[in-house]
Amino acid sequence: MNEIRFSGFGGQGIIRQGLILGKALSLYDNKFATMTQSFGPEARGSACSSQVVVSDERVLYPYVTKPEILVAMSQEAYEKYEPELREGGTLIIDSDLVRLKPSKRKIKIYSIPSTRFAEEIGNRIYANLVMLGFFAAVTKIVSPEAIKKALPGLVPSRYLDMNIKAFDRGFNYGLEVLEKEAQSKVEKEPKAEKKTAKAKNEGMEK
Amino acid sequence: MSVRKKSADPKGVLTGVHYLDGDYAIAEGALAAGCRFFAGYPITPSTETAERFAERIPLVGGVFIQMEDEIASIAALIGASWAGVKSMTVTSGPGFSLMMENIGLACMMEVPIVIANVQRGGPSTGLPTLTGQGDMMQVKWGSHGDYEIIALSPDSPQECFDLTIKAFNLSEMYRVPVFIMTDECVGHMHEKVVIPPAEEIEIIERKWYEGPKDKYLPYQPDVDLVPFMVKAGDGYRFHTTGLTHDQRGYPVINAEAQDWCVRHICDKIRLNADKIIEYKEDETDNAEIVVVSYGITSRVAWKAIQDARKAGIKVGSLRLITVWPFPEKRIEELAGKIKAFVVPEINLGQIKREVERAAKGKAPVYPVSHCGGWVHNPDDILKVIKEAAK
Amino acid sequence: MRPEDRLEKKHPMEEFLRMDRMPHIWCSGCGIGIVVTSFIEALQKSEINPDKVCVVSGIGCTGRVAGYLRLDSFHTTHGRPIPFATGLKLANPDLKVVVFSGDGDIVGIGGNHFIHAARRNMDLVVICVNNFNYAMTGGQVAATSPIGANLSTAPYGNFEYPFNLPYLAEACGATYVARWTCLHIRRLTKSIQEALQKRGFSFIEVITPCVTLYARRNRLGDGLNLLRYYYENSEIRHGADTRTLDIGYQGKIIVGKFVDIEKPTFLDCMNNHLRKVLGNKYQPWGVKS
Repeated sequence: MNEIRFSGFGGQGIIRQGLILGKALSLYDNKFATMTQSFGPEARGSACSSQVVVSDERVLYPYVTKPEILVAMSQEAYEKYEPELREGGTLIIDSDLVRLKPSKRKIKIYSIPSTRFAEEIGNRIYANLVMLGFFAAVTKIVSPEAIKKALPGLVPSRYLDMNIKAFDRGFNYGLEVLEKEAQSKVEKEPKAEKKTAKAKNEGMEK
Repeated sequence: MSVRKKSADPKGVLTGVHYLDGDYAIAEGALAAGCRFFAGYPITPSTETAERFAERIPLVGGVFIQMEDEIASIAALIGASWAGVKSMTVTSGPGFSLMMENIGLACMMEVPIVIANVQRGGPSTGLPTLTGQGDMMQVKWGSHGDYEIIALSPDSPQECFDLTIKAFNLSEMYRVPVFIMTDECVGHMHEKVVIPPAEEIEIIERKWYEGPKDKYLPYQPDVDLVPFMVKAGDGYRFHTTGLTHDQRGYPVINAEAQDWCVRHICDKIRLNADKIIEYKEDETDNAEIVVVSYGITSRVAWKAIQDARKAGIKVGSLRLITVWPFPEKRIEELAGKIKAFVVPEINLGQIKREVERAAKGKAPVYPVSHCGGWVHNPDDILKVIKEAAK
Repeated sequence: MRPEDRLEKKHPMEEFLRMDRMPHIWCSGCGIGIVVTSFIEALQKSEINPDKVCVVSGIGCTGRVAGYLRLDSFHTTHGRPIPFATGLKLANPDLKVVVFSGDGDIVGIGGNHFIHAARRNMDLVVICVNNFNYAMTGGQVAATSPIGANLSTAPYGNFEYPFNLPYLAEACGATYVARWTCLHIRRLTKSIQEALQKRGFSFIEVITPCVTLYARRNRLGDGLNLLRYYYENSEIRHGADTRTLDIGYQGKIIVGKFVDIEKPTFLDCMNNHLRKVLGNKYQPWGVKS
């Protein structure tokens, strides 16, 4: 079972990320996935979050308690939700919007300038899809095919191509990051070549 | 009496596999069931159902109207139902309170309508955006006087869809308001919802009267106690009232008429309870402890039940699909065989009391209660199961 | 008296009355019966198929009208006949739906529904019998009680401003607004007939005597005295500015037809708008193809 939280500020498409992921997993990746949004006090101000719980069996408790994966697209969201991230969990941030604080926690961190990439594509509103692509690449929780199948109905049809483009941009960047990470491991630990493949999957630990 | 079954009108059925929240699934269930009239007033956390219906109905054929308040909404449903159109509304605590008077009218006039209550924390404005199950007794007793209703409790968006269809079927069958008592968690939770092809959805039609016009009595009980119905505008020139009435629907203000009228609207549900009640049991045969739960809480409780079984405790589950009428016979049977009941719910013991009443002292009932705002942590339920098993 | 012993075996309006419910509960001198008679005559003249006419009442003396009319008739809850009628009408647009109730029901407890139904131009005929008080419960002060009138819950006289109903109806969007007293039988009948034959939100206020409570409490005499008061103090002023129609205690009553305009109804607006926006995908409702 995996608990995933997407977070950021209102207007970034945070809820949409959860919806797309949940739909992709449930309908096209043969998983059980619930998506819930945060309502109430924590939705005040600019913090916004959606939660996806993924499992091979029916999800019984639909809320995130200690997420394995936190995606933070704003400083406030990062500061608010990072403490609940599980030990050994994965933090994914927009590198232009989140400044990491010094921490001794054992968590994996991946970063991508998703908003900047989206602007390069044409509009910052695609940042959520860039991020989702990156998320798919580095976590491997969802197949890119499933996400693409899930998009119709969740993004306006006339912008479907742009959203797919944004997803691919993030996904490819994620693959590059994993590649670099694997290489740096090889360089650092030349004797551990046999472990490369595994390290690639697990990603970089900090 | 023959129940008229047919398959759903494909116009309203969005066949396919969807990723929907409970609120949306209720709207789709209603459309699949043939509901073509929706009157409502926006209220968190139920509004998405109204939004979905408003978006979909112009493509299906029917009416969505946002009324001036919940009182008007339910009054409009009763009117629409008399015109022969399946009607529903959706609301939450404060709106539900406003509907109480006309829920009584619907019971008294014996009108099929469906009302979904996406429960939030109460009383009063309470917790608009957070979950609760505090209206379980209100749905049973909220309007004044004696009457009976049917209430169903879904635990997922899929069940929101399925039970909304069931709600319409029961409502048409028994000429009674039927309630879908869901909650904010299920209402706002997105999950996979499978909508089958129209021909696989069974729809039960209203018991339309077909005899001679001058012989029609709107409140003459049939063999199943449910009177036949006619539509406004079909030339029967019938009368109906919220006053105590006779079989003609004419007001009669005396104790004798009251006894007949009120017993009639109660008995048609009470005496058909075995046919109406649905629950799901799991491993109750050799259970020491039986967890009685409903709605979202039953889903969370299932985790606790599994954990308790791993810890060697013989736990059974009785999940209420129909909360009202209440399966009191089954509870009493179980009470004679088990050590204790555990009843988790998001209120301070409303259904726990009912289990206690039905158990007649044969087994103690352990509540796992809180006031709302969150769903139970399964560990809290597990703790009580362990305590009850001691 | 058994029906067969009656002098005149058939009441001329028997087709429209539930004779098995007679005698009715209204006091002698009450004006509601006159309004019912006017309504039936208007219905007969209008040549509308009576099987398609629904009457919806709320609670109160006038609320009992639905119970005496041999039509599809609905005696609903206090204040709610308008939304009930809205549901009936929208679910089956072929119906002619008439709301027949009192002032307390329609503009007191049901005021919110009244203004919104008028705003939407819901295709309903609303006949509001105004007797200046809550009669069935014993003569309490109403939203229509004139200043100075004595009521059981205003035992020192009413000091609240009353509603001017035609003004309220017009301001909210009603397309037909008239006021008569139950002395103006011929004109009232004509008004009801016009309203029945019109589409849109039609509102007819009928001033009637409440002899037992309002009149007795204020020492105004019996039914005849009140009709004489109407005769002497009412003035027909068709098209009058509805802002000028306030009724003072035993003061002048301006009557007439004040508004008669054409405007698309709620259903017209719904069908037209959605067809425009959605094109052929739209499934019209209540439109004969």
